[in-house]
Amino acid sequence: MNALKRFAGILWIIAGPLAIYYLAQTALREIAKKPVIDTKIQWAVFVIVFIPIAIGIIIFGYYAIRGEYDHLPESSTEISD
Amino acid sequence: MNQPTNEVHSIRRIIAASSVGTLIEWYDFYIFGSLATVIASQFFPKTNPTAALLSTLATFAAGFIVRPFGALVFGRLGDLIGRKYTFLLTLIIMGSSTFAIGLVPGYETIGFAAPIIVLVLRLLQGLALGGEYGGAATYVAEHAPPKRRGFFTSWIQTTATLGLFLSLIIILVTRRSLDVDSTKSIAKFNDWGWRVPFLVSIILVIVSVYIRLKMKESPLYTRLKTEGKTSVNPLKESFTHRSNLKMVLLALFGATMGQGVVWYTGQFYAQSFIENVCKIDFNQSRTILLWAILFATPFFVLFGKWSDTVGRKWIMMTGMLLAIITYRPLFGKLLSISDLSNKIEIPEKKEINTAIKPIASSQNSMRVVNTKYFFDDGTVMTETKSDTVYLDASRITLKPDVKLSKVLGENDYWLMVGIVFIMVIYVTMVYGPIAAFLVEIFPTKIRYTSMSLPYHIGNGIFGGLTPFIAVLLTTIYAGDKLVGLFYPIIVAGVCLLIGVLYLRNKIDPDVND
Repeated sequence: MNALKRFAGILWIIAGPLAIYYLAQTALREIAKKPVIDTKIQWAVFVIVFIPIAIGIIIFGYYAIRGEYDHLPESSTEISD
Repeated sequence: MNQPTNEVHSIRRIIAASSVGTLIEWYDFYIFGSLATVIASQFFPKTNPTAALLSTLATFAAGFIVRPFGALVFGRLGDLIGRKYTFLLTLIIMGSSTFAIGLVPGYETIGFAAPIIVLVLRLLQGLALGGEYGGAATYVAEHAPPKRRGFFTSWIQTTATLGLFLSLIIILVTRRSLDVDSTKSIAKFNDWGWRVPFLVSIILVIVSVYIRLKMKESPLYTRLKTEGKTSVNPLKESFTHRSNLKMVLLALFGATMGQGVVWYTGQFYAQSFIENVCKIDFNQSRTILLWAILFATPFFVLFGKWSDTVGRKWIMMTGMLLAIITYRPLFGKLLSISDLSNKIEIPEKKEINTAIKPIASSQNSMRVVNTKYFFDDGTVMTETKSDTVYLDASRITLKPDVKLSKVLGENDYWLMVGIVFIMVIYVTMVYGPIAAFLVEIFPTKIRYTSMSLPYHIGNGIFGGLTPFIAVLLTTIYAGDKLVGLFYPIIVAGVCLLIGVLYLRNKIDPDVND
């Protein structure tokens, strides 16, 4: 199970940049199609909000590959570094 | 013998006091969304581009961006000064902002100041909501006995749905009760009656503040404070310490992200789909949701209680799995119920009414043709066609404005209630146990901060954007009316994979650490 958790980490790391690429590409295409202020704001909000989340999933994948999720903390004493 | 009885009374009081306040905050937040069209016409006229821009900002910024910021600001406060005063503060901010929105003069009276004030008040609402939930869930969980944490916190989980329920009821009742004539009543509601639901909020908030003032600080937090073990910098501890950040990310990607989209698909996108895609009339599309919510709400408590026995993980994951598998067939059934080609028209009952009104400062007139079609199963469809009748007879309106509105027959109406009920059951499965789940994975000293952020990113951003992204997908990939469902299905699918793979099903026996 732990091997699978670590292997899946690669997927999450790839998912981040893919999501950013798809989002940016769709935003540019939609803004070009209808260049009004509503479209620009709407897509700007999507891009601004989702890019940090995509970075978050890359970090999540990195932690998974490193085996950080092999064992989840049983008590708060384990959450200290 | 008396001690357990007193404890039961005490925990009931705590749950009631916390839940009532949280319910009112959700009510306050939802009335703005439910009245968005009326508010837009009062404060954000489409003819003025800057006002329209502020409208877009009010819709997006407050609901989606500000909520996680509220979680950070008030979460930090809650871990620094305590739960009680922080969620008292969020209640006061929310209540006064809502009341103030009901008092702001319209765009026609004070010009640009109106949309700017409303935008600021809406931002305050988003901030306050971001701080409220984590406080209430933490407060109840820290009072709850270990084996009943899921059950007690599930009452807090009912508040978001009941807040939506209350907002819809108050809006529908106000809309109908301003005049004996229903058309005049709706006109009065659109003119000034929409302010009533906002103003009513202040009474609810005063009662709730009074109740909350009588509450004591969480015993776990008080103990930490006495021992001098509270966090000095909860934000730093929550998001820069690797061991805690990894749990924040796991909570977001393995639980709240999927929970958020299932919540907003079942309770918001479903209603919007019924009204805008199936073309069901204003009142019916809302009462369908009201019945579904009413029947399904007890299941929040049921699944919360059950999670105390079988664990939180598999209930939430099953809810997500069922949603992923059945969303397309369920929404497809909503479409087929409203499809008139499956029904037999009764042509002799057809009614046509035409009204022609002169257009001010023009020699042309506006013609409105109302045609009512009746069907064998009791469904009535009203087609309202508006076009301009020009003085010059050779000119015609190339594309008349056509609006459709269907009132379903009794059987189809209850069938739709049943379908939305199933979707709200999924909501209860993913949402009922999640407060207990979040409380258990973070330590007391940074719990408020740590659990609030993934909750509000999952619900505010992933969930809150569901109706917008779903509608957007239908405009990008036109042709498939169900294409919008790919957003919640993909997000819930990724969340399900992560949750199944990485989450643990163990119930934390001790949250006192």
